[in-house]
Amino acid sequence: MTVGADKNNLLEVEDLAVRFYTLRGTVHALEDVSFKLGQGESVGLVGETGCGKSLTARAILRIVSPPGKIIRGNIRFEDKQLLELSEREIRQIRGNQISMIMQEPKMSLNPSMRVGKQVAETLMIHDKSLGKRGAYAQAVDMLNAVSIPDPKHMAKRYPHELSGGMAQRIMIAMMLVTRPKLLIADEPTSALDVTIQAQIIDLINNLIDDIGSSVLMISHDLGVVAETCDRVIVMYAGSVAESGLVRDVMENPQHPYTQGLLRTLPDAIDPGQPLYSIKGTVPNLMDEPLGCRFAPRCPQATDRCSSQKPPVYDVGPGHQVACFLHEATSPVAGTSVGVQL
Amino acid sequence: MGNYILKRLVSLCITVAGIAIVTFFLSLIVPIDPLAAIAGPQADPETVERLRAVYGFDQPLHVQFFRYVERLAHFDLGMSFQTGRPVLDDIIYFFPATFELASIAMIIAIVFGIPLGVISAVKRNSFLDQAARVISLIGVSMPVFWLGLVLLLIFYFKLSWLPEPGRLDIMLIEPPRITGMLLIDSIIAGDWEVFQDALMHSIMPATVLGLFGLAGIARIARSSMLDVLSQEYVKTARIKGLSEFWVIVRHAFPNALVPTVTMIGLTYGGLLEGAVLTETIFSWPGLGRYLTVAFLTLDLNAIVGGTMLVAISYSLVNLLVDLLYAYLNPKITLAKGEG
Repeated sequence: MTVGADKNNLLEVEDLAVRFYTLRGTVHALEDVSFKLGQGESVGLVGETGCGKSLTARAILRIVSPPGKIIRGNIRFEDKQLLELSEREIRQIRGNQISMIMQEPKMSLNPSMRVGKQVAETLMIHDKSLGKRGAYAQAVDMLNAVSIPDPKHMAKRYPHELSGGMAQRIMIAMMLVTRPKLLIADEPTSALDVTIQAQIIDLINNLIDDIGSSVLMISHDLGVVAETCDRVIVMYAGSVAESGLVRDVMENPQHPYTQGLLRTLPDAIDPGQPLYSIKGTVPNLMDEPLGCRFAPRCPQATDRCSSQKPPVYDVGPGHQVACFLHEATSPVAGTSVGVQL
Repeated sequence: MGNYILKRLVSLCITVAGIAIVTFFLSLIVPIDPLAAIAGPQADPETVERLRAVYGFDQPLHVQFFRYVERLAHFDLGMSFQTGRPVLDDIIYFFPATFELASIAMIIAIVFGIPLGVISAVKRNSFLDQAARVISLIGVSMPVFWLGLVLLLIFYFKLSWLPEPGRLDIMLIEPPRITGMLLIDSIIAGDWEVFQDALMHSIMPATVLGLFGLAGIARIARSSMLDVLSQEYVKTARIKGLSEFWVIVRHAFPNALVPTVTMIGLTYGGLLEGAVLTETIFSWPGLGRYLTVAFLTLDLNAIVGGTMLVAISYSLVNLLVDLLYAYLNPKITLAKGEG
C-alpha cells in the first residue's frame, strides 16, 4: 500500500475498519479510513456527530471498548505498527508519545483526586525515576505553563472546584506534560463557553509549537479547523470523503458532501438568507456499506454510486476526493486518501 | 471537619430526643394493658392496682412523660419486667455479644463482598460474574435459619471442624468482663485459648449473617463499578497509559465506594439490632433474642430501651458513613462544611 511509507509521516492510518458487534446487528462504524499526518503537522478531522471522528482517535490509541472491535487496518506511528503492539507496549505510547484531550473536561478528570496529582500521575507512569516529588514539581510547572493562576494552590484543588475552562487547562497540562509527539484533541472546546474557546485553542497551539508535537484536531467546527490546521480531512458516515489543505478544501470543495457542509455555514456576506441544510439523514451504519455512503443524499448521485465504492482521486496537489464525479478528469490516487506535502 | 462533626452530633441528640418521644407515645397506644403482662393472668385486681402505682401508670399522662424524660436524662431506662433487672444493665450485658457478632459478620461481608462486586463488574458477564450473582442470590434468598442449621449439620455434627453453638466452650472460663466482647476481653486478659475458642465459635454465626450482608454489598459494588467504568475519567486514565489494574484501583474503585459505603452502613445498622434467628440457632446471648422476648411479653421498658439503643447505633453508624463520604468524595465535605 504504501504510496508513501514516507519517513516524514509521523502517523499513517491505512484501511482502518472498526465494527461494533451488538445484539441488534453489526455496526460498520469505520470503513477503509486512511490518512496520513506529517511531522509537526496539524490536521483537522471534521464531520458531523457519529461520523467516526472520535472513534478514529480511539482506534489510534487502541482504546476502542467492546463491543467495538478494530477488524482491519494498519496504524503506523513512527516505526511502530500500533495494532501489532502488545498491550504493554501500547501503554508506553499512550499518554507519553500520543496523548488525547477529551471533549468534556470536567467529566474527564477524576473527581476524587487532586488535579496536581492527576497531572503528576501521567509523568510518573512513564518515568518511574522521577519519584512523587519530582513529578509533582513538574506538574506544578506545567500548570503554570497552561496559564493557571497560582498553580501551587490550584494543584491542590479537586475538579469540581474548577470552571470548565480551568478544567480543560488541567486536561491539557495532564496530556502535554510528557511532551508527546502527537496530540489528539477531541473537540477540545465544544463543551466550553464561546469566550473561552479561543483562549483554549490559542493555548493548545502555543504549547504544540513549543513542544513540536503534531496535532490531530477533531472538530465539527469548521471555523476552529480553518484557524488552526494545515490540512483537513472530511469524514462522512465512517469513511473519508475528502482531504487536502485547509485552503483548498474550504475554497474549492470537490466532494458533494463537503460542498453541502460548507453551504450549511451561515453566510456572513448575505445574512438574510435562510440556513441551508443537506437533505436526508445519515445512513444507518448497520447496513452493509455498498457504494458511496453519501449517495442517498447526494444531489449528483448516479446509479453506480449506490452499488460501487468510489476510489480516491487526486484532484489537485495534496487534494483528494472519494467521488466518481472526478473519474474523467482526475487520476486515481492509489488506495489511500492522504497527502504528500 | 471538627465543626461538621459537632453539628452532626447535635443533630444526633435531637434525633434521639425525637425517638424517645415517639417511643413513649407508641408504648401508650399498645392496645394491651402492660400491667396484665406484668402481673400475670391470675393476679387479683388489688395486686394489679398496687403494681400500677409501683410503675407509675396511675399518674396523669404528662406526669408519666416527665418522669420518663427525667429517668432518661439519668440514663435510667427502668426495670425490665421480665428479668427484674434494670434495662440498662440488660442492654450492657446483651449488646456487646450482638456488637461483636455483627462486626465480625460485617468484616466478612466487606472483605468478600467488595472484591466480588468489583471483579464481577470488571469481568462483566464472565463465568465469575455469573458465579457471584448466584452467591448473592443465595445470600439474600436463603432463609437464615435453614443455612444456619445446614452449616451446623456439616461443620459441627459431621466434620467437627467448628465448635457447638454458644460463645465459648463450657470448659473454659470467661475472662474478666471489660467490654463484654469475648474476643477483646480475652486479648486484654492475654488469654489466647479463650480468644481462639471464641473466634471459632463466632465463625458460623458470623458467616451466616455475613453472607446476607455480602450479597447486598456485592450487588451495589458491582453496579456502582459498572457505572464508574463507563465514565470519561476512566477513559482518561487509560489514555494516560495506566494499566487496567491501576485504572481500576486508583481511578474507578475510589469513585464507586460512596454507594457501597451507604449499603455497608445500612447493613451494619441492621445487624446491630440483633439477628433473632441466628442468635437463637447458635445460642448467642445477643440483643436480638432479648428484644424478641421483650416484645412477646410486652416488657415495655425493655422495648423502649432497646428501641433507643437501636436508634442511637443506627444514627452513629450513619454519622460514620457520612464522615467516610466526606473523605471519599471531596464534593461532599465542601457542600456540608459551608452550609
